[in-house]
Amino acid sequence: MSAAADSPGRGRYIGHPLPRPGARRLLAGRGRYTDDVLLPRTLHAAFLRSPYAHARLGAADVSEAAAMPGVHRVLTGRDFVPICTPWVGTLSHFKGMRSAPQMPLPTEKVVWAGQPVVMVIAETRAEAEDALEAIGIEFEELEPVVDLDAARAPGAPRIDADAPDNVLFRTRIESGSTADAFAGAESVAVDLRFGRHTAVTMEPRAVLADFDPGEGRLTVYQSTQTPYQFQDLYARHFGLPEARVRVIAPDVGGSFGMKLHLYHEDMAVVGASLLLKRPVKFTADRLEAFASDIHARDHRVRARLALAPDGGLRAIEVDDVTGVGPFSAYPRTSAVEGNQVVRLIGAPYRLTDYRADLTVVAQNKVQMSQYRAVGHPIACAVTERLVDLAAQRLGLDPFEIRRRNYVTDAMYPHTTPSGYRFEKLSLGTCLSKLHDLMDYPALRAEQAALRGRGIHRGIGIATYVEITNPTPAFYGVGGAHISAQDGCVLKLTPAGEVQCAISVTEQGQGTEAIVGQIVAEGLGVDRDCVRVHTGDTETTPSGGATWACRGAGIGGETALQASRKLRTRILEIAAAILQAEAKSLDIRDGAVTDPDGTPRMTLRDVANLAYYRSDLLPPDVSPALTVAHHFAPRGYPFAFTNGIHGSLVEVDVETGLVTILRHWVVEDCGRIINPLLVDEQIRGGVVQGLGAAFFEECRYGETGQLLNGSMADYLVPMACEMPDIVIAHVETPTGDTELGAKGCGEAGTAAASGAALNAVNDALHPLGASLSQLPMTPERVLRALNVI
Amino acid sequence: MIEPRPIAVTVNGATVRRFVEPRVSLADFLRGDLGLTGTHLGCEVGVCGACIVNLDDRPVHACLMLAVQVDGMRVDTVEGLSDSGALAELQAAFHARNALQCGFCTPGILVVAQDFLEACRAAGRVPSREAIRDALSGNYCRCTGYEAIVDAIEGVARTRHGRDRREDAA
Amino acid sequence: MKARAFDYRSVASVPEALAAHAGCAGEARYLAGGQSLLPALNLRLDAPDLLIDIGRIEALRGIAREGRTLRIGALTRHAETLRSALVAEHAPMLTQAAAFMAHPAIRNLGTMGGSLSLSDPAAELPACMRALGAAFEITGHGGTRIVAADDFFLDLFENAIAPGELLCAIRVPLPEPGTRMRFEEIARRRGDYALVGLGAKLVLAGGTIVSARLGFCSVGPTPMRAPAAEAALTGRPLDAQAIAAARAALGDDLFPDEDDSLSAAARMHLARVLLGRVLAALSDAGAPAAIEGAAA
Repeated sequence: MSAAADSPGRGRYIGHPLPRPGARRLLAGRGRYTDDVLLPRTLHAAFLRSPYAHARLGAADVSEAAAMPGVHRVLTGRDFVPICTPWVGTLSHFKGMRSAPQMPLPTEKVVWAGQPVVMVIAETRAEAEDALEAIGIEFEELEPVVDLDAARAPGAPRIDADAPDNVLFRTRIESGSTADAFAGAESVAVDLRFGRHTAVTMEPRAVLADFDPGEGRLTVYQSTQTPYQFQDLYARHFGLPEARVRVIAPDVGGSFGMKLHLYHEDMAVVGASLLLKRPVKFTADRLEAFASDIHARDHRVRARLALAPDGGLRAIEVDDVTGVGPFSAYPRTSAVEGNQVVRLIGAPYRLTDYRADLTVVAQNKVQMSQYRAVGHPIACAVTERLVDLAAQRLGLDPFEIRRRNYVTDAMYPHTTPSGYRFEKLSLGTCLSKLHDLMDYPALRAEQAALRGRGIHRGIGIATYVEITNPTPAFYGVGGAHISAQDGCVLKLTPAGEVQCAISVTEQGQGTEAIVGQIVAEGLGVDRDCVRVHTGDTETTPSGGATWACRGAGIGGETALQASRKLRTRILEIAAAILQAEAKSLDIRDGAVTDPDGTPRMTLRDVANLAYYRSDLLPPDVSPALTVAHHFAPRGYPFAFTNGIHGSLVEVDVETGLVTILRHWVVEDCGRIINPLLVDEQIRGGVVQGLGAAFFEECRYGETGQLLNGSMADYLVPMACEMPDIVIAHVETPTGDTELGAKGCGEAGTAAASGAALNAVNDALHPLGASLSQLPMTPERVLRALNVI
Repeated sequence: MIEPRPIAVTVNGATVRRFVEPRVSLADFLRGDLGLTGTHLGCEVGVCGACIVNLDDRPVHACLMLAVQVDGMRVDTVEGLSDSGALAELQAAFHARNALQCGFCTPGILVVAQDFLEACRAAGRVPSREAIRDALSGNYCRCTGYEAIVDAIEGVARTRHGRDRREDAA
Repeated sequence: MKARAFDYRSVASVPEALAAHAGCAGEARYLAGGQSLLPALNLRLDAPDLLIDIGRIEALRGIAREGRTLRIGALTRHAETLRSALVAEHAPMLTQAAAFMAHPAIRNLGTMGGSLSLSDPAAELPACMRALGAAFEITGHGGTRIVAADDFFLDLFENAIAPGELLCAIRVPLPEPGTRMRFEEIARRRGDYALVGLGAKLVLAGGTIVSARLGFCSVGPTPMRAPAAEAALTGRPLDAQAIAAARAALGDDLFPDEDDSLSAAARMHLARVLLGRVLAALSDAGAPAAIEGAAA
């Protein structure tokens, strides 16, 4: 189906699979990532990191290190106390949440293995690392808190001595009466564990801070999704005027949520530049990335589902315990993932009763926070495993039980028991489409035939709903300086071309490409004459940037409305020159035309006049050809997307290895701006979800040491192990915007692991085995099969 | 103090002479001394594949070579292979298929793919998707999920094979 | 992640290499392909004072048949092993193993001598060398000595090379008539270190196994032979009973350690599964996958 059919404008660009203009530069090796940025007099930072998960800091002897070749300065926690204020990772709408204040480097205690403790600043990174080896520091080991359950046990050692226990946040959601629903009802239950995993962006975190004392001006090049957020943080915590803090996000080599949190090293690098009055650069190496990038997931979810007497799904009870590291991340907290887990469970289904408990627990591991599809994969896997178990209990096919129990088309707008409001979803349509796309009956027949030959295939499906286009309900209401609106400045240049500066950012997903398409469409100009610029707080308007699947939906709408505004200006000027009514003119193919399309004057002519011959304009007509526009979503708190995944796997019951044969996705992200890019967002997301399902897990030892913190030991999905992924679309545009777009960046990750879990369990079911832990490693499969 | 050593390396067709410390990797030399920042560092232990360059026409990890080791040898980076047009077909196919997102892994993948396709061409065969995936087994990509990359390489392989057959027939 | 400072010397001959090593007051390392050494240097897990680059010594190159032996120069790259017609003809197990070794770009630099000198028990080549009954030419100031693969691997990353000595060539005996050989491994992902790997070389005469050599990787501190399983095979036809007996006997041969990624029980189980699969592939029933060693 064509997304262009009823698009705004003429559908010349919106809805078309256009390649990204910016990709050519990356293909030629001309990308400019933060570590590639070269400033005169740059110094390089390296950090001594704690070998212990929990220890009191003793004296540090840095004199030898400070005297080593190339070393300019050795900084410890105390050096930052006079210049930086502490930060606390809580939000006021998470009632009762607490977290220990953080500073760039610790002064008393270390709370995870890998925490930066001492910073060396030298001429080269190698010299800085040489000096690290000359630092003597004493640690007095404390008992580490590692395991989720041990962290909550009475008498457990406390990570934050000022707190009564290790619980950072607790909440309960209750709707209806689950007690009544479960009384005497048939029910199914799960106890699912989700391993910690991490983003493993190809480009590690990098930051280059350059403080110019002459102007009191700080410029920070940073590999991040959210330059405006960091501008605010650096200004506030270092007491600098915000207008003199500039944050530039050059090309970003992957982020997936990982690069929008504040890291201790970021603050130390900025602080060091302030202290040394020189550019200071830090690029995390891969070991540092594993030891200090945020991790995600780490949940144990116990849940049960009650069936109504008629066999319908009626109620769910959930207990989610999540371990988030020693403190809550800043400024978005470490409670959002758990909060989304307990609100998303059961969301696609007609439930009458719901109760969920969330406990967010501190541990001596690296901080946990938002990573692609925050909470969604967990909520999806829990829900969809419960639904599959209910199907087994009722003797229903997995497609049939979903068909019978989804929220139906007649129910919108619909409010879930956990309080989410759905404008309109397409659950049933997607389900039917997946059934056809997979050729489900043929797959089942093939499965049965192969089973007779000892080949164990499994088919699994998993429905998701995804939170996109968030309003300030997400962060702003909690007091975070994180914007939910976006801004766009559009300029018609004197030559009649278009420059667009917008606050949504680019990490390779194609933000700049779709904004260019939208602007070209909205203005009526050729795509090639629109140049989109992002990622610089000084040259783009302030806004939310890119996270939570908001780039297309909110940023795109901002661009569309801005282009309408510029169009109005152009026509106003043209009308004055042509002595016509502005509303009787149009812009097509870069020219002002009559309603029938007859060209009257080119945009170049209009611009030339406005810029160079403004004397020809009537006095009451402004020559301005630059417009600024901001857009904030004001309708539903979130625009929910939905879709469904199918997974076909083959389990080698002798080795426990699982081959992923095929994966299907039917998704509905509303208006599709560029199907080529949407498909690639889905595919990339699916593969990260399959990573979680089969490979990715941060394994910790009893003392809180990360055991597999290297690329050779932490397994991410590779080309040989990943399947081809078949994608189909349903389009249910949101009515909250003219564009109608919702997000798609997390939909692949949201349900891939749930579908795979159901597929593997489908394969194992005839053997009397089942799995309830991700990732599904050979060891776990063999144990489930009782082979070992 | 260990003295820097003089080296002469042919980089992207031009001979460069520098003094380098023995401990400096080829990757750091290319990036730091020569400004060839298209060679990316993703792991520095030869796992991720982002730093792969051609050394005497064979793909190697620039993080697992010392600059002093390549004295007298020929190194071609993504910049040189791009400027010479050697990668043009692959680049066009990657662009059309959107076989990259953040682009960090892309230079290494292009170098590996080009070498792989040359070997396939020499053998007169169009590689299977499995063979393409195998050739990429040492290249991490965290954005695409690999399928588009496989598609792009497969497309170039078919185009080249078809052209070769037509030329053979002519 | 930058290496500590070290000195560097490129040498053109084996005597020059030995002299450079002897002349180094501190720790010296030979640098061949560097595909294991450089990661260790970058991670600062190793910090020699001097690297002696032997990569340009022509005498360490080349693959040649010498009488009943295939002689492989220590500097033979894995990619060369993979492509060598001589290796494919006389030691196809190595051709098969090379395809499992890391990834293409690593294979372009990594060398056979380097891999064996490192003696990583998880690597493919050491296990193959034991299965093939290979021997190594090791040169030091006292001259060259020949050490059998079975006597070479002493412990985790420890072998019979004395400080300053250089592994110069690998001698693989040509297969006698009736030889079948195969290498396979089980890994999580393509090119990863094997959860378990196995090189097997059987000699059959008149339908009976007259000799069996099994070399496992990733199941102990060194590449492991499996004498009990080998004994269980010898003197029997290669059939389901023999395979079952060998699988059962393996419990007396291997005692894998527990590690955080795989339990000892799982690894032992996988070793048995792999043994069964490799033997089945070598048996007549599994003949399509079996490779008959060429008669001399």
